[in-house]
Amino acid sequence: MKDMDPADIVGEAVEHVLTYTGGNTRRVYVTPIETPYPHGKLIVSRTDTRGIMTQCNPSFVDMSGYGEAELIGQPHCLLRHPDMPAAAFRDLWETVQAGRQWHGYVKNLRKDGGHYWVYATVVPNVRDGKIVGFTSVRREPSREKVAAAEAQYQEMRGS
Amino acid sequence: MTINFTVSPSFPNERISDWYIFNTWLQRALSVPIHLELYNSFGAQRAAIAEGKVDLIYANPFDASLLVREKGFRAIARPEGPPDEMVVITGTDSPAREIRDLQPGTRLACSDDPCVNTVGRILLEPANLDDSNTVEHRRETYIQVARELLRGEADIGFLPVEAFEGFSPLVRRDLRALVTSELHVIRHVFLVGPALAERTDELTALLLSMHESDKGRGILEALGARRLLPVQHEDVEFMIDIISTLDQ
Ligand SMILES: Cc1cc2nc3c(=O)[nH]c(=O)nc-3n(C[C@H](O)[C@H](O)[C@H](O)COP(=O)(O)O)c2cc1C
Repeated sequence: MKDMDPADIVGEAVEHVLTYTGGNTRRVYVTPIETPYPHGKLIVSRTDTRGIMTQCNPSFVDMSGYGEAELIGQPHCLLRHPDMPAAAFRDLWETVQAGRQWHGYVKNLRKDGGHYWVYATVVPNVRDGKIVGFTSVRREPSREKVAAAEAQYQEMRGS
Repeated sequence: MTINFTVSPSFPNERISDWYIFNTWLQRALSVPIHLELYNSFGAQRAAIAEGKVDLIYANPFDASLLVREKGFRAIARPEGPPDEMVVITGTDSPAREIRDLQPGTRLACSDDPCVNTVGRILLEPANLDDSNTVEHRRETYIQVARELLRGEADIGFLPVEAFEGFSPLVRRDLRALVTSELHVIRHVFLVGPALAERTDELTALLLSMHESDKGRGILEALGARRLLPVQHEDVEFMIDIISTLDQ
């Protein structure tokens, strides 16, 4: 994955280098700007079995700040925010690969360095008894639940 | 053999006779007796499904999940037009301007439509409202849901958008939408059961060409659709995957 482009960033940003599970790294720029969740909508995306995005709905595209063509074919960790602990995603992958649903509060990184919070559910797409991919459906969380998740993730990161 | 046909109870009462006309048309076109049973609640319809009394159904999206995943039904057609959405309504003079203004203890009026109610519950989550801190008033019909609000007996109500928009101006004048869902993914579909497997292709072809005759077009228009469109089985599987995330 390419590093983030400073030219895309809106606002005062802090630089981080993310190390993904596979060992790859990416330079990202993070601002404190939150984009509010669009009321009444679901943010939906679909991946293949490795977590490469194959489909996303218009709300997903809007909220990510990327164009659809920049998303399809990319790994889902394109949206990973440095405030998210790696353990949350380990748990996500273990759960869905075992054929179960995963739920959690997720802070996602936008192309412009801002973020948005969601309550996400990830389900395996089971066809003829086999997992052929995964779907994530996100909905609007309450402020209280986001605050609790924020505190928990901070503790998990040990900072 | 007689085909047992049923329609999701979520349609407006005025359409009962239109569904009987649809049934008569289908029966003639297929040259088989078809028995249309219109259940007056989702519970009664689900019981009939469990007893194997349904071969063909115009199904609510939530029932489609059960029928496709557990009963081996296949989706064959859907009406052209926007997907199913719902609305959380309140009285015009309610102090709440948005969902987050709602407080614990909120009294909510709803019907027994599982789809509308599940989506409605999701739309209340941003206010931290759930079963434990709301009071639910179940009503038989959508107009009774509206009346609860008009009489001040409930603070909010859950309705399909179609039902809300179908109310008379007199009723709507005193109601207001707090939020309208824009899920874009949930739809009613025609499903056929395993007992009809041999006639599925014939039935599908009939429904998909229904709008080509004046008679067929007239029947569809009375039911609120210009024509029926094909559905790919994978699209329905995907809809079911999405629905499965909503009641969690
Ligand atoms: C269907 C699906 C949706 C996902 N959605 C997100 C997401 O919105 N944001 C995110 O950071 N990770 C998401 N993930 C997890 C990523 O694949 C990845 O595990 C995570 O970003 C952490 O990166 P890493 O596992 O490479 O360390 C999703 C995974 C799946 C299967």
